[in-house]
Amino acid sequence: MNNHLADLPAWAAAIAALLLLAGAGLTLIGTVGLLRFGSFYQRVHAPTLGSTLGIGCILLASMLVFSVLESRAILHELLITALMVVTTPITLMLLARAALYRDRSEGSDEVPPPPSSPDARPPEPAE
Amino acid sequence: MRGLMRRLLPYPLMTATLLAVWLLLNESVAPGTVILGGVLSLAAAATLGVLDLPGGRFRRPAVALSLLGLVLVDILRSNWAVAKIILRPDGGGRVSGFLRIPLDLRAPYGLATLACIVTATPGTVWVAYDRRRNTILLHILDLVDEQEWIDTIKGRYETRLMELFE
Amino acid sequence: MMLKLLMGTIFLTQILLVAAMAFATFRVLRGPRAQDRVLGLDTLYVTATMLLLTFGIRTGSILYFEAALIIALLGFVSTAALAKFLMRGEVIE
Repeated sequence: MNNHLADLPAWAAAIAALLLLAGAGLTLIGTVGLLRFGSFYQRVHAPTLGSTLGIGCILLASMLVFSVLESRAILHELLITALMVVTTPITLMLLARAALYRDRSEGSDEVPPPPSSPDARPPEPAE
Repeated sequence: MRGLMRRLLPYPLMTATLLAVWLLLNESVAPGTVILGGVLSLAAAATLGVLDLPGGRFRRPAVALSLLGLVLVDILRSNWAVAKIILRPDGGGRVSGFLRIPLDLRAPYGLATLACIVTATPGTVWVAYDRRRNTILLHILDLVDEQEWIDTIKGRYETRLMELFE
Repeated sequence: MMLKLLMGTIFLTQILLVAAMAFATFRVLRGPRAQDRVLGLDTLYVTATMLLLTFGIRTGSILYFEAALIIALLGFVSTAALAKFLMRGEVIE
């Protein structure tokens, strides 16, 4: 088993190990924040750790391992990276907007009121 | 000739990106793959033309690159900052809250890029945009100094985005 | 020696990621509100993608990367749809 990693030079193995640990550690810290924070708007910040630098570190480790081993092209990692860069902000933004919309429609005083305007129209989405 | 090019290739950059993704997914540059991918991405870009998107030009790659570097550095720094906040033993002593920031930027693609940058940086989330007053509403995890955040958004990102998109 | 270290690190990474998934699952189950559950689900998707990537490094198989790509795509689409539902399901536009 796992003989494909045996050809990896020591420096690449060390860097890959560090990157993997850093990525997983950051993701874990993010989910700890998801558990610890008190309100939804604080919690929405927590998973960003995993979905930016966390997955970035692991993708880098994967690229490093497979480009040093030259067993296959590193192109799939590039695709996943691009996908993550495009999608992470959109999902979080949508969730934050949905939460604000729900809280405002319930009259919660945790959120700021919509900017006062002659016709009470919800703000336009930014997309 | 130009008009024909415009009709056939309404979004050249988008077509090229789609073709690149197709080739990456297939992991080959065989003629058949290139032809099929080319036809598919041309068709997809033509469909985009039907949507009638707001116009916008992409200029100044140097500014774009410097903005990209800046954002990467900021993501690294704020990852560290947010991790420290999460691991701080006193759970409740944090000041987080909403912040309304007036903007000068009005270009739609510039605003979309700003939204992505702000949200992708840990510790700040874009919540809403008010078109009439041109203000944005952010939620900030570590809201100790409001003016510092306003300076960061306006000084670091908005000026560069205005150079890029306006 | 280095191989053992790397294999051990990959194993540790996977344990950390599984713990992260457990925390995210806890947030999905606990709520308290629907948006909290959706946020937990999104975190779960991202962490699952990372776990698949570590399996890919460990085995060298390309299949894990295809799976990671599909999970990342599905996670985005489902979270976007759920967030949109949270906005429209309650208040008539």
